[in-house]
Amino acid sequence: MNETQKQELASLSLAGVAALLEKREVSSGEVTGLMLERIRESKNNAYICVNDGEDGGALKAAAEADSRRREGKSLGPLDGVPMALKDDFCIRGMKTTCASRTLENFIPPYTATVAEKLESAGAILLGKLNMDEFSAGNATDTSIFGATRNPRKPEHVAGGSSGGSAAAVAEDTAYFAIGTDAGGAVRQPAAFCGVVGMKPTYGRVSRYGFVHYASSFDQAGPLSKTVEDCALALSAIAGFDPRDACSLHDPVPDYHAGLRGAEEFKSFRIGIPKEYMGSQIRDDVRQNLTELAARLQDAGALVEECSLPNAKYASSAHYVISSAEFNSNMARYDGVKFGYRAKGYESYEDMLLRTRGEGFGDEVKRRILFGIYSLSGGRFNDYYLQAQKARTMIIEDYRQAFCRYDLLLTPAAPVTAWPLGTAFPDPAQAYMMDMCAVPANLAGIPAISVPWGADKAGLPMGVQVMAPALCDDLVLHAARGIEELREVRAHG
Amino acid sequence: MAEANTAAAASEYKAVIGLEVHAELATDSKIYCGCSTTFGGEENSHVCPGCLGMPGTLPLLNRKAVEYCVKAGLALNCKINPFSRQDRKHYFYPDLPKGFQVSQLDLPVCQNGWLEIKSGDGVKRVGINRIHIEEDAGKLIHGAADTKIDCNRGATGLIEIVSEPDMSSPEDVYAYMEALREILLYTGVSNCKMEEGSLRCDINISIHKDGEPYGVRTEMKNLNSLSAAKAATAYEIKRQEKVLREGGVLFQATLRWDDDKGLNYVMRVKEHADEYYYFPEPDIMPIVVTPEEIRLIRDTLPEMPKARRERYRERYGLSEYDAGILTVNKALSDLFDQAAGAGAPAKTCANLIMGDVARLLGEKGLPPEQAPFDGSALAELANLVGEGAISSSAASKVTEMLFEPVYAGKSPKAIVEEMDLGQVSDESALREMCRQVVADNPKIAADYRGGKKQAISALVGQVMKASQGKANPGMVNRLLQELLQP
Repeated sequence: MNETQKQELASLSLAGVAALLEKREVSSGEVTGLMLERIRESKNNAYICVNDGEDGGALKAAAEADSRRREGKSLGPLDGVPMALKDDFCIRGMKTTCASRTLENFIPPYTATVAEKLESAGAILLGKLNMDEFSAGNATDTSIFGATRNPRKPEHVAGGSSGGSAAAVAEDTAYFAIGTDAGGAVRQPAAFCGVVGMKPTYGRVSRYGFVHYASSFDQAGPLSKTVEDCALALSAIAGFDPRDACSLHDPVPDYHAGLRGAEEFKSFRIGIPKEYMGSQIRDDVRQNLTELAARLQDAGALVEECSLPNAKYASSAHYVISSAEFNSNMARYDGVKFGYRAKGYESYEDMLLRTRGEGFGDEVKRRILFGIYSLSGGRFNDYYLQAQKARTMIIEDYRQAFCRYDLLLTPAAPVTAWPLGTAFPDPAQAYMMDMCAVPANLAGIPAISVPWGADKAGLPMGVQVMAPALCDDLVLHAARGIEELREVRAHG
Repeated sequence: MAEANTAAAASEYKAVIGLEVHAELATDSKIYCGCSTTFGGEENSHVCPGCLGMPGTLPLLNRKAVEYCVKAGLALNCKINPFSRQDRKHYFYPDLPKGFQVSQLDLPVCQNGWLEIKSGDGVKRVGINRIHIEEDAGKLIHGAADTKIDCNRGATGLIEIVSEPDMSSPEDVYAYMEALREILLYTGVSNCKMEEGSLRCDINISIHKDGEPYGVRTEMKNLNSLSAAKAATAYEIKRQEKVLREGGVLFQATLRWDDDKGLNYVMRVKEHADEYYYFPEPDIMPIVVTPEEIRLIRDTLPEMPKARRERYRERYGLSEYDAGILTVNKALSDLFDQAAGAGAPAKTCANLIMGDVARLLGEKGLPPEQAPFDGSALAELANLVGEGAISSSAASKVTEMLFEPVYAGKSPKAIVEEMDLGQVSDESALREMCRQVVADNPKIAADYRGGKKQAISALVGQVMKASQGKANPGMVNRLLQELLQP
């Protein structure tokens, strides 16, 4: 293969490469080798580790996929397709660092359900992807392995916390990736890097085996080049898991086979909540969404402004509850059983303090402190309890909105990717960058970010589509439709 | 006991006592994972990533733990909450792998029950505030140079039974623990092996003068025997009285009881309420118990020991003492019920169980559930005694044989025949034996004739010996009296 052919092969979608594998025009060994080569050459720091160990790693798995294909025993469309996972997915025998000193050398003896499902679908694991430390961040700049660069503009952040996942897909070093999203951590980096990112309905994808950020918000979801790819990946990872008590029993439709597009807009009623079109949204981002709204109307959709009256509480409620849960989930890192342990301690208490003091970065500590503050005896009623009440009100807002609309449409983020090294004067300001994404986590509903438009500097923008719980397919239809409108716009 | 009562009566202070009892549930697996709950085993052999709190693992609630909690609640007259919830209770300790214990804060499975206990000559009701489920912690093994952690016990299911402060003496504490243990054993909720730590209690005590407000409360942690709980309570009441009498001030404190030395130590003085940063456990769905489930669990409740004792007295005419002994253990009590229920003489059944059966179980080191025979064998044996077919000493021998593996599965009748233990009730043969014994013991015979009536028992003994225990003692007694008539 010459460089052009390589570039063409690398830039194929998941569906595209799967078709070539199916026709055996290319082997999994070839595409996997190509991906590994590109990972080594990349300067974007998307990967924390590459699966090329002594056991043969990705290439050995690719050879097995190829022999399955030869024998006509293909495991399906993902068989032999190289992909990567955010480094919070545990895989037996493979380091799972969460980009933290605390887990720098942690090798779990168990495998996340998502990773198992992908393995049994034949997908090839290329490696583990960079992220904010323990997912505490939204720019993949709190990683101990350094920040991930945005492949569209390398002096800009990739977003976060699944920034490595978005960057890998954007730079064509993986045909898709799976990240985790507790407050926009899949959708916001997808928007920043110009790829598709989806947070499914809470409970649709098993949480077993990925390191939890905030348990009542966490969902794993695909990052991909196209909506079709997203549907393919989601079909592979969704479904009830007896190991996750919050996992849903509802049957999983074939998201890929059932995928429809712009023709669906004729039957869609779409609401645009005005609370996500206000002054906190940058003008060009707002205009970008307005433009899309016009196109959707042209395509036959009913598009209206609507209101989510309690939207103003969403970011605070999310920050309070997620920090409380985060603090709790982080309590296990005491240096006793696994993970980093400080040296030179004098007592258990001393070991505990030093281990946590040295093992965690600033943003992790900030969220732990805030979490514990909001749960303490004197503050619980003012913070945690109030936030839970607000969450209930927000859930009700969405329930009512979905009585009138099939879908809600917002920007995926209020801005585009900011320059690397940007220091927000106030941590709360940085947190507001997730304002468009967090409500879907509060309400547990499916949401997708699909690329639409760019700013003057050429940095991509994403638009977010939300639907009622378990209407993951609806979200995909709409996103596919938007993709089609984008193609029409590009060629028209 | 009499002494303590006198002391309490003499005191100008009244004690107010409440207990928090932790009982390990008799489930086969732990409360949030499939690991075994078998006691002991090599350190950290009953563990998995889940109960070691490894990142990414998730708890799965063992529904049996909820069922057992409901069962305990029903046996303790509690209201069962149709909707309850688990909460995370945070604290750092090396034996707590996740950094939090999953427990229940404001919505426990059971609430508002009561337990009747013996108190003085009467009975009294101790209120049960709540019963909730939670997970146990691991165990620290302190060595000379280091401390090791064994997580085998970690995440084993517990219920915590919180009483109202309705007790007022060490005897109340003992009676409450005894009654509670009985109920937990009868329901099969816990094996209550205090030596394995599967039943332990924290005791809250305050004292005050009549008519004055309640005093400052202390909490003694982890009492793991009934006698220790009683002794620790007596000690703490006296200690508080002494402090107050001498004009001192009591602090709210957590205390540790040293059972060997018979005194307690202050572990820490509490200045503030404990801070555990509770919040609802997001990884476990709320616990829903339907009326149908409650009904099904209620149907499985066995007759409680108190009801059994009453029935034994009323139906079988047993003494309160006998009824009490028989019901201490459910398996022995079941054995009695099977035998007496089959129509065997009840008092004889009771005597066999309380005597030889209990003794032999002890000697063989067998728990009563593993007695090598059932109620029907016992009934047969009791009937043989009742009919006069064998003597009580022969019955002892048969009981012994029932414990021998070579006689496994054999009926008492078969054993009696095989060992020729049948009682001799042949009057002429017995009269001949008696005549011989009287002739061989002229001195004793003369004593009897001279008015020392009790001398006859020595002669009965000789006849029994001569007959190798097979003579019918009643007949021997009568025949001897006839022979010795002047």
